Amino acid sequence: MDKSQNLKSNSFIELNARERARSILDTGSMRELLGPFDRVTSPWLKEQGIVTQADDGLVVAKGTINGQSAVVLGIEGSFQGGSMGEVSGAKMAGALELAAEDNRKGIPTLAVLLLETGGVRLQEANLGLAAIAEIHAAIADLRQYQPVIGVVAGTVGSFGGMSVAGALCSYMVVTREARYGLNGPQVIEQEAGIEEYDSRDKPFIWSLTGGEQRFATGLADRFVQDDVDSMNAVIRELAKAGVPASLRDQRIDEFLALLDSIDTNVQPNSAQVREIFGKGVKA
Amino acid sequence: METIKFEYPAKQPASGRVLVGVVGSGDLEVLLEPGESGKTRVTVNTSVDGAASQWRALFDRLFATLPNAAAMNLELNDFGATPGVVRMRLEQAMELVKQQAGK
Repeated sequence: MDKSQNLKSNSFIELNARERARSILDTGSMRELLGPFDRVTSPWLKEQGIVTQADDGLVVAKGTINGQSAVVLGIEGSFQGGSMGEVSGAKMAGALELAAEDNRKGIPTLAVLLLETGGVRLQEANLGLAAIAEIHAAIADLRQYQPVIGVVAGTVGSFGGMSVAGALCSYMVVTREARYGLNGPQVIEQEAGIEEYDSRDKPFIWSLTGGEQRFATGLADRFVQDDVDSMNAVIRELAKAGVPASLRDQRIDEFLALLDSIDTNVQPNSAQVREIFGKGVKA
Repeated sequence: METIKFEYPAKQPASGRVLVGVVGSGDLEVLLEPGESGKTRVTVNTSVDGAASQWRALFDRLFATLPNAAAMNLELNDFGATPGVVRMRLEQAMELVKQQAGK
C-alpha cells in the first residue's frame, strides 16, 4: 500500500472490538447480546484490585453477513491484553453453542472470531482454561455446519489456548501486523534464553510469527491489508465459500512428519521455515 | 483500585444511554444512562489510588459549565486516563446521547 492509499483507507486495527464487529456485519443488522449495560462482568478481577470492563472485554454481536444469520465474537485487546476469563470465555463458548443449535434447527448461522488475545487470563486461572476448552469444543461442533472464520488483525495478536482456537477454525485471516503462535515472544525468551529468541527484536519476531509468514507457511488462509473494506470483502468471500473440504487439524500427520524432518540443532530463519513448510503442508 | 462516588444537581433524565471508551492503558470506559430526575450520580472505579480530589475538581468544573445538564447515572471504569482524556470521553458520551435523541 503506498502512502496516498494508506491515507484514504480506514484502518481495521484502529477500531475497538465493538466497532470491528459492526464493520463486519451487514449495515444496520448488529444487535448485541449480553452487552455492557447488562454488566455481566468478571467477579474475580475486583477481588484482586483490578478495574473491570462492563462487558468483560468480549462483544457478542448478532446480525447478518451476506444476508445470512451470523454471530461475531470480538475480543477487546486493550482490556487486560484480551485475556479470556470466566465470563468472557463463557460468553464466547455460549454464543458458539447457540449458533450450532440454530444450525440444527435449520437456521444456518456462521461465526467470526476476532482474536486479539494473549490467551487465558492468569488472574482467573483454571476458570479461564476451562472456558477455552469449551470454546474449542464449540468451534469443532459449529464448523461441521457453517464456516467459523478466525481473524487476527493485530496488534495484540493471538496466543496460548486461543491460538489453538484459531487452528480449529474453518479459515484463518491475518494481516501483516498480526502475530499468531502458541507461546508469546516473552514467554519463549524466558524459557529458551535471549540468545535464541530476543523478544525485543521486532523484525525477528514478525519474521517468524507475523501474519505474512503464517500465510506463507500455510498456517493462515487469507492475508489482507489493514483496511475495513478489504477485511469485509474477505469475510464475505469466506462466508460464501462454506465449509472447507479439509481442516488443518485433520492433517495432523502431515504436520508431524514435517516437524520430524527438521534438524533442530540449527535455528532456521524465516526463509528456511517457508521452504520446510512449502514442501507439503500447503492445502 | 478505588471507588469514588459524587452527586450533582441536574434537570430531566437523559434521553438515552451510551458507552464510550475501553478499560485500556491510559483510557477509560464511560457508561452513561438516564438518571433519577434532578440528580446526576457519578461512580468512578479507578486503578489509581488517592486521586479523589482531582476527580472532584474535574466534575465540579465540568458541571459548572453545564447548568442545564440532564440527569445521568455515570459509571466510569478508569485505567489511568489523564484528566484531559476523561473530560474528552465525558463530552463524547454526552454528545452521542444528544445525537441519538436527534435521530
